[in-house]
Amino acid sequence: MTTKEALYNYTLRMGDDSLILGQRLSELCGHGPILEEDIALTNISLDLIGQATLLLDYAGELDKDSRNKDQLAFLRIEKQYVNILLVEQPNGHFGDTILRQFLFDAYRTALLERLSTSKDKRLAGIAEKSLKETKYHLKHSSEWVIRLGDGTEESHLRIQNSLDKLFRYAHELFYENEVDNLLIKEGIVPSAQGIYPVWEKTVNDVLEAATLSLPKNNWKFQGGREGRHSEHMGYLLADMQYMQRTYPNMEW
Amino acid sequence: MVNEKIIWAYLEDVYDPEVPVLSIIDLGIVRSVHVKNNHVNITITPTYTGCPAMQTIEQDITVKLAAEGISSYKIETAISPAWTTDWMSESGKLKLKEYGIAPPQDEVDKSVLFSDPIVVPCPKCDAPNTRLVSQFGSTACKAHYQCQECREPFDYFKCLR
Repeated sequence: MTTKEALYNYTLRMGDDSLILGQRLSELCGHGPILEEDIALTNISLDLIGQATLLLDYAGELDKDSRNKDQLAFLRIEKQYVNILLVEQPNGHFGDTILRQFLFDAYRTALLERLSTSKDKRLAGIAEKSLKETKYHLKHSSEWVIRLGDGTEESHLRIQNSLDKLFRYAHELFYENEVDNLLIKEGIVPSAQGIYPVWEKTVNDVLEAATLSLPKNNWKFQGGREGRHSEHMGYLLADMQYMQRTYPNMEW
Repeated sequence: MVNEKIIWAYLEDVYDPEVPVLSIIDLGIVRSVHVKNNHVNITITPTYTGCPAMQTIEQDITVKLAAEGISSYKIETAISPAWTTDWMSESGKLKLKEYGIAPPQDEVDKSVLFSDPIVVPCPKCDAPNTRLVSQFGSTACKAHYQCQECREPFDYFKCLR
């Protein structure tokens, strides 16, 4: 594998995580639990789709088949998407949506902070830009985790269930294979071991303030990075790809 | 003869479509203007990555240049260094306030998760006693507040650093 191929794969993963989570959140447009959160979640969706645009644009330039960002976003088949399973999980209730967002935001913030000093200037630029937005997302999601966890008996119980249900998908945030190994060696991307402690501290601090506890089991689900997705992914793609499949080459 | 000073002046007439009191110069999104052999090169930077106003702004620049008889130009987008509200002009901040949007305040780093809430004075009555209604507002760049004194609901242009 060449550095360029590894960089393509890495950028595609980040782009897919942003795109799929952005798509998930966009489903809440007009369906948020309260007006303020409807606006918040769709604003975060917009940021994520904006970040996906930058990432997939770069991936397209590195792609050996020279696909552009729209082709990458809308014309791949399910097995070619390399987002983690966490981001494709259904929105569920508000606690599920927020907990999923929190686990992701805590990771993304830690990752972007380190990527913004990458030797790859393009990736560093995207990270620097995205970080400013993602920090705010983390502030929003962590405040809600605390409010719900340390809220009423009912809200505590429900978000604890969200945590028990979704934490098994968090391990995949730190998935590494030869793509990462090569880029880490070249000083282009940080290692998972470098990001994990930062993520873990944020998660522990917020969960403690939220009076929530990590699930006792040690279940770990993964597969998304290798193109093996959960049953939810196909429905999401059908919705997301509909316009481009129906009207090929359409543009907004 | 086209020169950089003239182009900067032309760009003063191009406004943010979502905050129409601010020119793109006030916003600080025009990063550079270069003129060489009558060819104009303009570099702009997005406020937020998903900001839907960017395309409109690019079109509006095109329209303005065409109206001024400039046909040889290129508009490029650069994301680094990343835009910050610190680049907003002081006159821009005043215009925002007059328009009813509270300008960005000096905020601590957002990565500090448990920081004290910031004070955003009401743009109508200047009272510091205001309340955050929603961290997100009508556009990506704003949050929603309400004044506890005059009860005015208002937008706050968030500090982005």
